[in-house]
Amino acid sequence: MSAIEIHNLSKCFAKTKAVDNVSFCVEKGELFGLIGPDGAGKTTLFRLLTTLLNPDSGNAKVDGCDIVEDYIAIRSRVGYMPGRFSLYPDLTVEENLQFFAALFGADVEESYELIAPVYKHIEPFRARRAGKLSGGMKQKLALSCALIHRPSVLFLDEPTTGVDAVSRSEFWDMLACLKEKGLTILVSTPYMDEALRCDRIALCNEGRVLCIDTPKEIIRRFDRKLYGISAKTMFRLLEKARKATGVEGCYPFGEMHHLVVNDKFDVESFKIELGDIEGLQIVSVEPTIEDMFIKLMK
Amino acid sequence: MNDVVISVRELTKCFGDFTAVDHISFDVHRGEIFGFLGANGAGKTTAMRMLCGLSYPTSGTGSVVGYDVMHEGDKIKRRIGYMSQRFSLYNDLTVWENMSLFAGIYGLTKKETEKRATELLARLNFVSERDTLVGSLPLGWKQKLSFVIATIHRPRVVFLDEPTGGVDPITRRQFWEMIYEAAEEGTTIFVTTHYMDEAEYCSRVSIMVDGEVRALDTPARLKKQFAADSMDEVFRILARGAHRGE
Amino acid sequence: MKHNFASFVKKETLHILRDKRTMLIVMLIPVVLMVLFGFAISTEVNNVDVAVVAPNRTDGVRDAVERLSQNGYFTFKGYISHGEIDSYLRAGKAGAVLVFAPDYDRGVAQMDAGIPIKPLVRLVVDASNVNTAGSATAYLQSVLLGSASQQSMFETRMLFNPQMKSAYNFVPGIMGLIFILVCAMMTSVSIVREKEVGTMEVLLVSPVRPVKIVFAKMIPYFAISCIVLVTIMMLARYLLGVPMSGGMWGVFLLSLLYLLLSLSLGLLVSTIVDTQIAALLISAMVMMMPILMLSGMLFPIENLPGFFRIVSNVVPARWYIDAVRKMMIQGVSIVAVWKNCVILLVMTVTILGVSLKKFNDKLE
Repeated sequence: MSAIEIHNLSKCFAKTKAVDNVSFCVEKGELFGLIGPDGAGKTTLFRLLTTLLNPDSGNAKVDGCDIVEDYIAIRSRVGYMPGRFSLYPDLTVEENLQFFAALFGADVEESYELIAPVYKHIEPFRARRAGKLSGGMKQKLALSCALIHRPSVLFLDEPTTGVDAVSRSEFWDMLACLKEKGLTILVSTPYMDEALRCDRIALCNEGRVLCIDTPKEIIRRFDRKLYGISAKTMFRLLEKARKATGVEGCYPFGEMHHLVVNDKFDVESFKIELGDIEGLQIVSVEPTIEDMFIKLMK
Repeated sequence: MNDVVISVRELTKCFGDFTAVDHISFDVHRGEIFGFLGANGAGKTTAMRMLCGLSYPTSGTGSVVGYDVMHEGDKIKRRIGYMSQRFSLYNDLTVWENMSLFAGIYGLTKKETEKRATELLARLNFVSERDTLVGSLPLGWKQKLSFVIATIHRPRVVFLDEPTGGVDPITRRQFWEMIYEAAEEGTTIFVTTHYMDEAEYCSRVSIMVDGEVRALDTPARLKKQFAADSMDEVFRILARGAHRGE
Repeated sequence: MKHNFASFVKKETLHILRDKRTMLIVMLIPVVLMVLFGFAISTEVNNVDVAVVAPNRTDGVRDAVERLSQNGYFTFKGYISHGEIDSYLRAGKAGAVLVFAPDYDRGVAQMDAGIPIKPLVRLVVDASNVNTAGSATAYLQSVLLGSASQQSMFETRMLFNPQMKSAYNFVPGIMGLIFILVCAMMTSVSIVREKEVGTMEVLLVSPVRPVKIVFAKMIPYFAISCIVLVTIMMLARYLLGVPMSGGMWGVFLLSLLYLLLSLSLGLLVSTIVDTQIAALLISAMVMMMPILMLSGMLFPIENLPGFFRIVSNVVPARWYIDAVRKMMIQGVSIVAVWKNCVILLVMTVTILGVSLKKFNDKLE
């Protein structure tokens, strides 16, 4: 039995298909990432799985319980951290934790071992109001609260959005640690670079899942040759490169533009085709999840 | 290429005992895409407010498009563009109404507005959306629109505050293409962000930690200097020692 | 799971205690309103300056003037001449002028003997404030009639509130208003805040039943309202001197029912709206207007146009204010207003039922 089984799940709001015929499974103890931009349907999918919404069609099971029939049972088995900061800013760190423990009929002491790797970072501030914590600490407190009743499945909706790079990286370290303890974790993020931290990922856009696999496998599936090009005038380079022979796509990618090419492409003739461009550099690069995402979106 | 558009020397801002911005100095040149990075609370916003003429420095000097930030804030405001992810456009006005509104705010005449807005809409391939309510546009379109509106009065500098959070990779690239295009036409782009992947697109970046500029160079050289694969890593190395939270 | 109910209540109480400003406002508004309506805003006769024109200062006239000046509500400003009436009123030196006929004493004697006479006293009143003018006239008449009324056609006696103190009238109205404000507004805002902030999502995902969430929210506000209730009643009794002749307990019991009703209304509002601003607007505007206009607080129900009179029947405050007024001022017991009690009870049960049903444990 998988921890999460989703079969043809759909949900519409007015005319938008927020979740459009989505199916996948998450195995027990897996750290599974939903990667996609705003409007990909990540939040709606989370709300369906945490039984806050009922699907229009399809069905899903979380920890063996149906999300419609057994929704009450699911609620005591899952931990959920919504996208927005969802704690009480006027209560202290400790009061928040105590409250969520009581809410789930749990005991802080009994769960301490599980939450310790997360909570110990904020324990020194336990008398501080939650609203006065930094972004990273807020996330840690929210995660502690979501863990307090020792759930078997953890749903984290964009936990790292708006959090700085250092806290983000720490947060992923903590998730890895929780995974070690046997928790199944479903996490969503708009940052492609975080995908590599997951066991498996689903790339999603506009309510659909574009592909599901391990990050490595997804990158391996990128079956085109990729170059990075740069020059002094990046915009002119972009315009010219797109018209060159054998170029399937060219798009900005940080310091360089990524150039997706097919068999007809040849570096030397490409240089000639571009003509007079100051400071042209061209190197072969490895594809990333983001390159794959762009390819799948097209 | 060498004319300096923003010049800052020992710029400092204190709130009581707290030094939000601590003697920062840098120059930004014409046509540059300058990334102004830092963690939450590092002092980015405070520094940017001073550059936009919204707040006075405690000490130090700064000039933006040739005007002094201490005494000529009003002149600066008229000559810069500003786009933020939080506040950008009025959702209950149409695309055209938003454009004319901001054109009006920056003192364009009716004729100029008409001409400029038509030109910008054409450039965006937005002509058919002229009378659509901004609220009903997808996020990515809104961001592109707010960028062109920030440049409607042809400012020499555009300040972008975390411009592309949350949009899909393709739209995001279209957005950066627009920025490259504007930069190559000579507009200076000043981007504040704490998303490090946005930093990779900048021609030069500065990284603020605890109110000070700790690093300033091209992304490539910074990565080399800190032996890192990405700006994200560079940032983590620099920010690890930070004392300030949010 | 009993444990979590207590911690819910504790959490709500902490929210309230931490928000000192709101807390202060809630506690102060009733006091301010009571003092404002009780003293400053009044339609009652209070210290009306009266000047007298009397060509002959006979015994009868002196007797009447004596009675006036002894009355705490009037100040005798002295005798003036006929020609001065207009200037006195205009300058505000007097609010009313009594003009005695030259043959006042004889007229009184004739009247006592049952002989029809023409008016003996003319009362000239500054009617620029209609309310004051009206009640001053009525009260002045009643004071004067004491001297020459044995034979007049009407014998007027004002019961319960002979000085027509407006505070008596306003206290029940203020109570009707404040409890809606405190209970409905604060509960709805506090529930909606959780929706807005996003904590509601987490609460719903927990195994706790929504009914529990709702009741835990109501308890602290109910407690606060009780404190406010006691404050108001004390102020009414000891500061404004409202008689409460029907006993405090009846008023108190009925008010508790009204509190529940207000809390349920707040809950209902919170199930309809999604933003704190909307909750505020609905509680403040949509609920307050009918209370001010249609509850009998400011305008008597009988004076309302037909349509509004019918509408006023569904305004809970109407029944509450009416009952409290009867108990506080007429001195009847709660048994006498059983009809109002039943109506309020039915309303409470209905509103509570509807809102609990609407309070979904899903997000849609």
